[in-house]
Amino acid sequence: MSQLVDRRLSGKNRSAVNRQRFLRRFKGQIRKAVSEAVSGRGVADLERGEKISIPGKDLSEPIFHHGPGGRRNIIHPGNKEFVSGDKVDRPEGGAGAGGGSASPDSEALDEFVFELSREEFMDFFFQDLALPDLVKKQLAAVPEVKKARAGFVSSGNPSNLHVVRSMKQAIGRRLAIAAGPREARREAETALDELIEQGLGASPEAEELREEIERLKARIAAVPFIDTWDLRYANRVDQPTPSSQAVMFCLMDVSGSMDEDRKNIAKRFFMLLYLFLTKSYARIDVVFIRHHTVAKEVDEEDFFHSRESGGTVVSSALELMREIILERYPSASWNIYAAQASDGDNWEEDSPRCRQLLVQGILPLVQYYAYVEIEAEEPQSLWRAYTQVKTASRRFAMQRILTLADIYPVFRELFRKKVA
Amino acid sequence: MVESVPIPTPAAAPRQPLSEGSEWTFELLDRYDREIGRVAAHYGLDTYPKQIEVITSEQMIDAYSSVGMPVGYHHWSYGKQFLSTQKSYQRGQMGLAYEIVINSSPCIAYLMEENTMTMQALVIAHAAYGHNSFFKGNYLFRTWTDAEGILDYLVFARNFISDCEQRYGEEAVEEILDSCHALMNYGVDRYKRPARLSMAKEQVRQTEREAYLQSQVNDLWRTLPARQTADQGKQAARFPAEPQENLLYFIEKNAPRLEPWQREIVRIVRKIAQYFYPQRQTQVMNEGWATFWHYTLLNHLYEEGKLTDGFMMEFLQSHTNVVYQPPFSSRLYSGINPYALGFAMFRDLRRVCEQPDEEDRRWFPELAGTDWVKTLDFAMRNFKDESFIAQYLSPRLIREFKLFAVVDDDQEDKLEIAAIHDEAGYRSVRQLLSEQYNLGNREPNIQVYDVNVYGDRSLTLRHYMHNRRPLGDTTPEMLRHVARLWGYTVRIESVNQDGQSSQVVTCQL
Repeated sequence: MSQLVDRRLSGKNRSAVNRQRFLRRFKGQIRKAVSEAVSGRGVADLERGEKISIPGKDLSEPIFHHGPGGRRNIIHPGNKEFVSGDKVDRPEGGAGAGGGSASPDSEALDEFVFELSREEFMDFFFQDLALPDLVKKQLAAVPEVKKARAGFVSSGNPSNLHVVRSMKQAIGRRLAIAAGPREARREAETALDELIEQGLGASPEAEELREEIERLKARIAAVPFIDTWDLRYANRVDQPTPSSQAVMFCLMDVSGSMDEDRKNIAKRFFMLLYLFLTKSYARIDVVFIRHHTVAKEVDEEDFFHSRESGGTVVSSALELMREIILERYPSASWNIYAAQASDGDNWEEDSPRCRQLLVQGILPLVQYYAYVEIEAEEPQSLWRAYTQVKTASRRFAMQRILTLADIYPVFRELFRKKVA
Repeated sequence: MVESVPIPTPAAAPRQPLSEGSEWTFELLDRYDREIGRVAAHYGLDTYPKQIEVITSEQMIDAYSSVGMPVGYHHWSYGKQFLSTQKSYQRGQMGLAYEIVINSSPCIAYLMEENTMTMQALVIAHAAYGHNSFFKGNYLFRTWTDAEGILDYLVFARNFISDCEQRYGEEAVEEILDSCHALMNYGVDRYKRPARLSMAKEQVRQTEREAYLQSQVNDLWRTLPARQTADQGKQAARFPAEPQENLLYFIEKNAPRLEPWQREIVRIVRKIAQYFYPQRQTQVMNEGWATFWHYTLLNHLYEEGKLTDGFMMEFLQSHTNVVYQPPFSSRLYSGINPYALGFAMFRDLRRVCEQPDEEDRRWFPELAGTDWVKTLDFAMRNFKDESFIAQYLSPRLIREFKLFAVVDDDQEDKLEIAAIHDEAGYRSVRQLLSEQYNLGNREPNIQVYDVNVYGDRSLTLRHYMHNRRPLGDTTPEMLRHVARLWGYTVRIESVNQDGQSSQVVTCQL
């Protein structure tokens, strides 16, 4: 007789190791795909997995096989009109009628598509950024939640039973259910009193009424003191914690010298700040300000993809940012973060003004201001002005960026505060 | 009063079905299994002990991606296989096959929990009795594989490879495995009988073998003859003396630069390739046999009144899908369906035994009118696809399948229809179809021809061309794999039927 075994519970995820091997083996291609995916995503859109596709030929497993040519005999089923000796044209696109033996894996020609989970995606995203492990862990973690009260529900576990509420329910139910009999009893008693007043206290009608009253009394007494549907439980729901709000300003120079590569680096920089903020704040607004000689608030699409040319006046962006803060984001109720990316160009006369704006107008309002200078040949005038700001304030961080790995140090201060 | 007309039942026995609904339970599985086993015994099916395992679809995909090996070492290609199987399963492009079964003792058959009772019964009949008896009976499996040893050997292989990964790093092991996998089809002995496998013996012998092999190799390469004799020596003795078909075996024994642990990995892949070799040679027979028996066993139970009509409808629908052969002009066509051909051949064989007509008596005088159970049993035991078709494909089947032969010659402008399903063509179609299942024709015939022992240690492979067919475009990549294992330059020459070599590809190291 056969042995029956239930294996459903054992050996889940048995191929997880093979999956890891696969990802490691093709990390180059996957990283490329991830980086393309990042370019296609919004700054705030990091909380999901990704469909990755790799060219099939990169991961084919070769075997020796026959190439086209030579003489081949092939047997096919389903002959309709051929008789032996017929000559037929070769079918389009391929040697031989319908391929046949030993052809290479046809799947190999297609794209190989599979899903990366959110964790795996984040992992690849972080790989370039050279984040310390502890920080990676913090960022990738699912937001912590705290239980908050949210009214009462009619089902729950006994430890959440709310006695006062349940008793209130019970009273209401008792009143409602007993209301009818009680009314009837009152009427019967009045009728009986009337009979007694008329001296008919011993008549059969009076007897009947007395029985009726007894019956109603019993019915009222039979209404249960507390019943299962009276029970009320305290309801608790998960709430992300802490639940305050933040606004993040993304400032970028879009003058001609900022090319796609630089913008891509800038994007990572903004994304990282955003990720950090999601761990601390439940609600985050993102404001995009781009500038050349004048600044403008735009949506994300315009921010990253439209190109302008012309000179650069950074202070215009700072002024606009200050206006927006004063108008829409009072610093009493908003945590304000700002990230500025630029290639360092600025109109020489403008830099001192920027410094002044920052120190007096903006830094008192914001939590943190991070500035990156991307692929600048040598420190530009803005850099010199900002260096002075840095010595004046701890809320200000700046960094020159050549590779993606340089981004993280900008946030070091920010992360250290949280880790400690 | 209305007279009720009795509905004629196909069954002689009164209906007492084993179950009515489509839900399965472990009790029901057990009852069905007992009944199927009883009928199988009635037909004389001889099987290994059976172990039926209920698994989830995820586990099924997993089993799929590791070719059904219940224990496998880790490799990225299995991860890739898993992902692509999972993808097409989720998109609904494919149903998972009913079953995966390999010839081990006990024979493990997997049932997927999502399936209905009907499907479970079908799989039990198909895998646990059909395939199982084939594994136990067929001469190829009997000679080439050891059902009792394989599970142990797979455990040994996995442990050994994961030890190597810890000691030498995952990348180093992966490189060797990649190259070995690429050569897997050339890791089999086609003619020599292999030694039996067992974990205990393997482990004891492995250490000895390591030392011994290394000394052998050292011995081979130690010979550094005097310079003046080098030319004569090269002319006099070619090494190996005879061309060798088993590339992996040759590499395992002779590659100059492999470490002992690398040799052992080559050996493991080679052993596993050898183990699966009979399956590749008996696809039509094996699937045909299993399909024939699930069909026969379940019909027998139905006639006994043990199965409901609903059960049979579901069963037949699924069965019909499996044995469907799309014609060559169909969009669905991708070669001859081994289930369809094998099933049709075994059924036809039974028909020839039971109700032979004039044509059958002419073609199969020794079969017509014999006991079909015995005849089928004989056919199952003593053939592989190639010889099975050559022996048993009947003219009637050739007509039913409307088989025809196409000659595709690159020296002609057009394809030629060489033979069709008519009196003149039967023998030729049968012979060509049989050759189509000859693995030797399907894969390029590549052998180890020469090693330049006294010179640069380069390895020369020879591709013996058949019908002028050249090698495909993967050849340079494949040579890199061979060179990685061999450690020195590798070249391959294609030799045509007249013994002249034409195309040469070299991989310099």
